[in-house]
Amino acid sequence: MGPAHGMLLRVTHVARLCRLLVTAIVASLLAIPAQTAAADQYSAARLDMVRVIEAIANEVGGGSTPKMLNADVLDAMRRTPRHAFVPADLQDLAYADRPLPIGYGQTISQPYIVALMTDLLRLEPHSRALEIGTGSGYQAAILAELGHEVFTMEIVPALAEGAAKRLSDLGYETVHVREGDGYFGWPGAAPFDAIVVTAAASQVPPPLVQQLRPGGRMVIPVGAAFLTQQLILIEKPADGTLRTEALLPVVFVPLSSAQ
Amino acid sequence: MPLFAAVSLLSLAAIAYEILLTRLLAIAFWPHYVYIVISLALLGYGASGTFLVFAKRRLTPRFGTSFAVFAVLFGVTGIGCYVLVQRLPFNPLEVIWDWRQQVYLAVMYLTLAVPFFAAASAIALGFAVWPGRIGAIYHADLTGAGVGALGIVATMFALPPEDCLRVIAAGGFGAAALAMSGEGRRWVALGIIVLAVPATLAWPVAWLAPMPSPYKGLSLALTVPEARVIAERSGPLGRLSVIESPKVPLRIAPGLSLATTLAPPEQLGVFTDGDGVAAITRYTGDLAPLGYLDRQTSALPYHLLDRPATLVLGAGGGGDVLQALHHGASRIDAVELNPQLVELVRRDFADFSGHIYDHPTVALHVADARGFVEASQRRWDLINLALLDSFATSAAGMQALSESPIYTIEAFQAYLDHLAPNGMLAITRWLGNPPRDTFKLFGTASAALVANGATSPAEHLVLLHSWNTVTLLVKNAPFSRDQIAAARAFAGERQFDLAWFAGIRADDANRFNRMAKPTLYDAAVALLGPARSTFIANYRFDIRPATDDRPFFFRFFRWGLLPQLATMQGQAGFVFVDAGYLVLILALFQAVVASVVLILLPLLWLRQDGQRAAPSDRVSVALYFLLIGFAFLFIEIAFIQRFSLFLGHPLTAIAVTLAGFLVFAGLGSGVSKRAAARWPRAAILVAVAAIVAIGAGYVGLLPLVFDALMGWPLAAKCVATVGLIAPLGFAMGLPFPLGLSRVAERTPALLPWAWGINGCASVVAAVMASLLAMHIGFTAVLAIALGLYAAAALLSGRTQSAT
Repeated sequence: MGPAHGMLLRVTHVARLCRLLVTAIVASLLAIPAQTAAADQYSAARLDMVRVIEAIANEVGGGSTPKMLNADVLDAMRRTPRHAFVPADLQDLAYADRPLPIGYGQTISQPYIVALMTDLLRLEPHSRALEIGTGSGYQAAILAELGHEVFTMEIVPALAEGAAKRLSDLGYETVHVREGDGYFGWPGAAPFDAIVVTAAASQVPPPLVQQLRPGGRMVIPVGAAFLTQQLILIEKPADGTLRTEALLPVVFVPLSSAQ
Repeated sequence: MPLFAAVSLLSLAAIAYEILLTRLLAIAFWPHYVYIVISLALLGYGASGTFLVFAKRRLTPRFGTSFAVFAVLFGVTGIGCYVLVQRLPFNPLEVIWDWRQQVYLAVMYLTLAVPFFAAASAIALGFAVWPGRIGAIYHADLTGAGVGALGIVATMFALPPEDCLRVIAAGGFGAAALAMSGEGRRWVALGIIVLAVPATLAWPVAWLAPMPSPYKGLSLALTVPEARVIAERSGPLGRLSVIESPKVPLRIAPGLSLATTLAPPEQLGVFTDGDGVAAITRYTGDLAPLGYLDRQTSALPYHLLDRPATLVLGAGGGGDVLQALHHGASRIDAVELNPQLVELVRRDFADFSGHIYDHPTVALHVADARGFVEASQRRWDLINLALLDSFATSAAGMQALSESPIYTIEAFQAYLDHLAPNGMLAITRWLGNPPRDTFKLFGTASAALVANGATSPAEHLVLLHSWNTVTLLVKNAPFSRDQIAAARAFAGERQFDLAWFAGIRADDANRFNRMAKPTLYDAAVALLGPARSTFIANYRFDIRPATDDRPFFFRFFRWGLLPQLATMQGQAGFVFVDAGYLVLILALFQAVVASVVLILLPLLWLRQDGQRAAPSDRVSVALYFLLIGFAFLFIEIAFIQRFSLFLGHPLTAIAVTLAGFLVFAGLGSGVSKRAAARWPRAAILVAVAAIVAIGAGYVGLLPLVFDALMGWPLAAKCVATVGLIAPLGFAMGLPFPLGLSRVAERTPALLPWAWGINGCASVVAAVMASLLAMHIGFTAVLAIALGLYAAAALLSGRTQSAT
């Protein structure tokens, strides 16, 4: 239901509106049996998760790290079924503010980090975003939930397949998943308003920089799995000279981790 | 006598197992587990003391059988417990997130203590059965251990770790067979030997080969389609895995400019213990495809020098050598610690690497970096300390002990002393945020300059950074105007930032690669000015320069941070602790809990049993063995750490130091009876006086000796190490058996209890000493240990005069 809702805002043409409404209704009808039951089970946890995110942002924000995260981003996090993006045996922990393993040495980021990264992209509505490192697809889902078109690449075939199926099952039609080497980006869909590199990056691939629209922003979390140490924000002003900014550490640890 | 041979063999196997485990855990996880392994081994020893309190009476009449059962148990659990631990879903990275990981850590700790428990129980039974021969048994025990410590390092060169495990397990069965044949039961002995064959060989390789954590670099690289391991080498310096990735090329170029589109040619990745990748880059003799090497921060010195004679420390896969070649270095000395890595580049992948180590301008030296520099008479225009992640590769396990002999003030002084006029030292490291090693590096360099007599170090330093690396240049003379202009041009073209040079203004810094504030520049100003000590004292990380006495460059944690963490009420707080350090602190906590339980249990039991021992006896016995347990381990661990710096070869340092202490403490204990006969009232006092005198002498003597011998070859340094440890170890071997004999004489019921307390103190001391040494340094830990020995002697003197 989410992506369709986002698109409604934009549509002015009556015929398209009607067609979309029909699509939305059909899609939501199809999604109801599986999703609403799940949504009920975890909706309270999801609201709690966003409250925790807001509290953390307020506590650690300052400088380039916002104290108040964008309301639309938080809304998207309230709507997106994070539990569908974690392994079945970890679903009870899906809404805890912590990263979780998703196999292949990869993790789904801590909710606060996802919210912060999405916020830092400062996307206008209906933007076009590139993600390198799909993982389970949660970040892509959040961006889609916000109404953006998302091109996401994953190097591990099994993860790419899993994410593509999951995102399509959940009705995220504006997410395009491709398996392959993220180094060269997605030239066919460039330029992008924003790029998120969640794959372990010790360098920034030049093709990605080229595919970033002037004025666009790139965000890279840096650090070991489970221990993201900092976010690197890369801005590409109109003159093409890149500016990177290291945002303060975002290892954020719940001391009472037994939640 | 077969009994002593059995004790020796079992002890040999147990210490070999201990050293092997540090390797196995370094491959599976990260190399933070050395002291945890030492501690859990000692926990096994402590637990055996407790166990024997309960079981002694039943076991001693059938000594041979009991010994054999425990020895076989060691052989079985030595492999079995390790296999179980391998199956544990323990992920050290999640320790801060998930309490279950803390439980897994505890389970791992306790499980791996079982084989040590088995070995120690067998040996301790000997003490209980023949109280009159304690010295001789102790002697057999410790000499066996000494041989085992050295033997396992040699074996690791020849066999992969999983086969070392089998050999060690076989040692357990062998000890059991010896014990049985010593009792004349030849057929049983033969049966044990026959049993040993399937019991050690039947384990599938897949169960025994250490599995790297899925979050390590190697595991991640192998999730990429078509990536595969094409060569592997195993040795005491680490397991090297060479991977190729034909579909998704490896692109290893730390600190590459964002302003370039150049990328490396085809590369192979070399992982050490599954982490810290170094590149072997395809080189055909044509330098044109290597343009990317000029777009890294580490290329800066080549723009300030003309065809420099270059020394590359930590040559690894050859990346920095290639960079020097690319920039026309007139001569390149490449130093690499790990001969197996050199062999891979030079032989197995010689064509791929373009025979880079046999290039006419390249001279390769297999040596430790620090020792090589100190020993050399040569001067270089450029000494290049490669980015640690490739250096860590070559010096694997270095971080296990957390010492970095290459990043201390004294090391920097040595580098500066080996520079030609106008030469420079270049160091490249990852840039963290908030910065910690960058600050420590800068502070260390300026301290070394001052120590070498520079009056204005500010003019001798240039600091450059990209978004994720820093390159620091250090000169004996001030940088010239031309050099600074060249550095500025270099930085500008590549969109790097200069954070320090003489004459820099605040708005020169923090331009392309920004932090919220010009943190690096501000820190450089502070570290070079009168605010230096205040800045260091107030920073949230420990950024005091490392010294040879406290060579823990990578230790940034400050205990002062803990209260700050605790006061963050609610559910959250920042944690500025490396996961590995946290694991060590958790292990200390576990060690304390485990050992307290082990000490209290027998105490309660003894009281119920209405033993003859008076409470005051119990207290003084407990205290005495607690003190000497702490003291022995404090000295031993401090020496391991200090000699690791000297030997430059971490696992060898552990082995030689452990072996030195064990053998000479063994010899010392062998004369304990004679010592007791000669000084019936004061043997302990005499021994402790010797320990304190030698120990105190070493505080002043060791730095001089190290200075003089630093350039010696490894084998000679090992001999010197053993020679230096000999007198101290010999004396340290005495207080324990002297105390035990006295307990055996007066209150034999307390004998296993004394053994257990000593073991438990050691358990805690092993982890605590390593933590202490990181914070207060070698000399301070040694001083504390000598104080503990003195207190033990005074205590024994008092009880002696009371009787």
